[in-house]
Amino acid sequence: MSISKEEYDSMAKKASPNSPVFLDCVKAFLFGGAICAFGEGLMQWFTGTAMTLEESRALTTSVLIIITALLTAFGVFDTIAKHAGAGTMVPITGFANSIVCAALEFQTEGRILGTAAQMFSIAGPVIVFGCSAASLYGFIIYFFGLY
Amino acid sequence: MEIFLDILKAFLVGGLICIVGQLLIDFTKMTPGKVLVLFVVIGVVLGALGLYEPIAKWGGAGATVPLTGFGYNLAKGTKAAVIEKGLLGAVSGPFSAAGVGIMVAVLSGLVVSLFAKPKDKG
Repeated sequence: MSISKEEYDSMAKKASPNSPVFLDCVKAFLFGGAICAFGEGLMQWFTGTAMTLEESRALTTSVLIIITALLTAFGVFDTIAKHAGAGTMVPITGFANSIVCAALEFQTEGRILGTAAQMFSIAGPVIVFGCSAASLYGFIIYFFGLY
Repeated sequence: MEIFLDILKAFLVGGLICIVGQLLIDFTKMTPGKVLVLFVVIGVVLGALGLYEPIAKWGGAGATVPLTGFGYNLAKGTKAAVIEKGLLGAVSGPFSAAGVGIMVAVLSGLVVSLFAKPKDKG
């Protein structure tokens, strides 16, 4: 493929007519930042009780996922995500939404082949590549004695 | 006051990571699924190289809530498992580390699918 930068720009513009990049980025920054700030608030609150850092991290993740699930169930998440773009997609909320949304959407195809199978259509690749990369890292540090 | 500074740092770091994601979507036309995979793998690699630790220390939830933080957590958990269990840890570590995130999401998905109906996309 050899296309000049100008050609690519015009192609990209055609593909996404209503996507002013700067505004997208501002929104992603604000929404994503807000979610993380909320997470930090939760973390601070949890570590203030007798929890270890690891426990409060896990609980923060869980709370964010459960809130996402509820917002998805009430159809509110999609409305927010439309504006937030990467702001809701990149945090753990995007991962949770991909699972819950598919679980809802594919109910009509049955519990097994619908809900259960489709839950992982986006989360699956994330888990496969993330865990495989981590496993590879584990093998490397084991065999080279880097731990 | 300390707490507000930490929350501000989380906002900045988390927001910046999301901007990177937004730029990828806008400029490379990657599908969201691909961006998520890329972010997790980047998190694992940065975690493995020890480069994510300082970001997580400074940014707190701003670094651990985005999917790169999920990847970082996978690398960290796998390393801990290798230290504890040797070779077995390289295989059991990733899923143990990912377990909380995956399981809470799966359980929420199941529960929600029992009680809610899909919304019409109008």
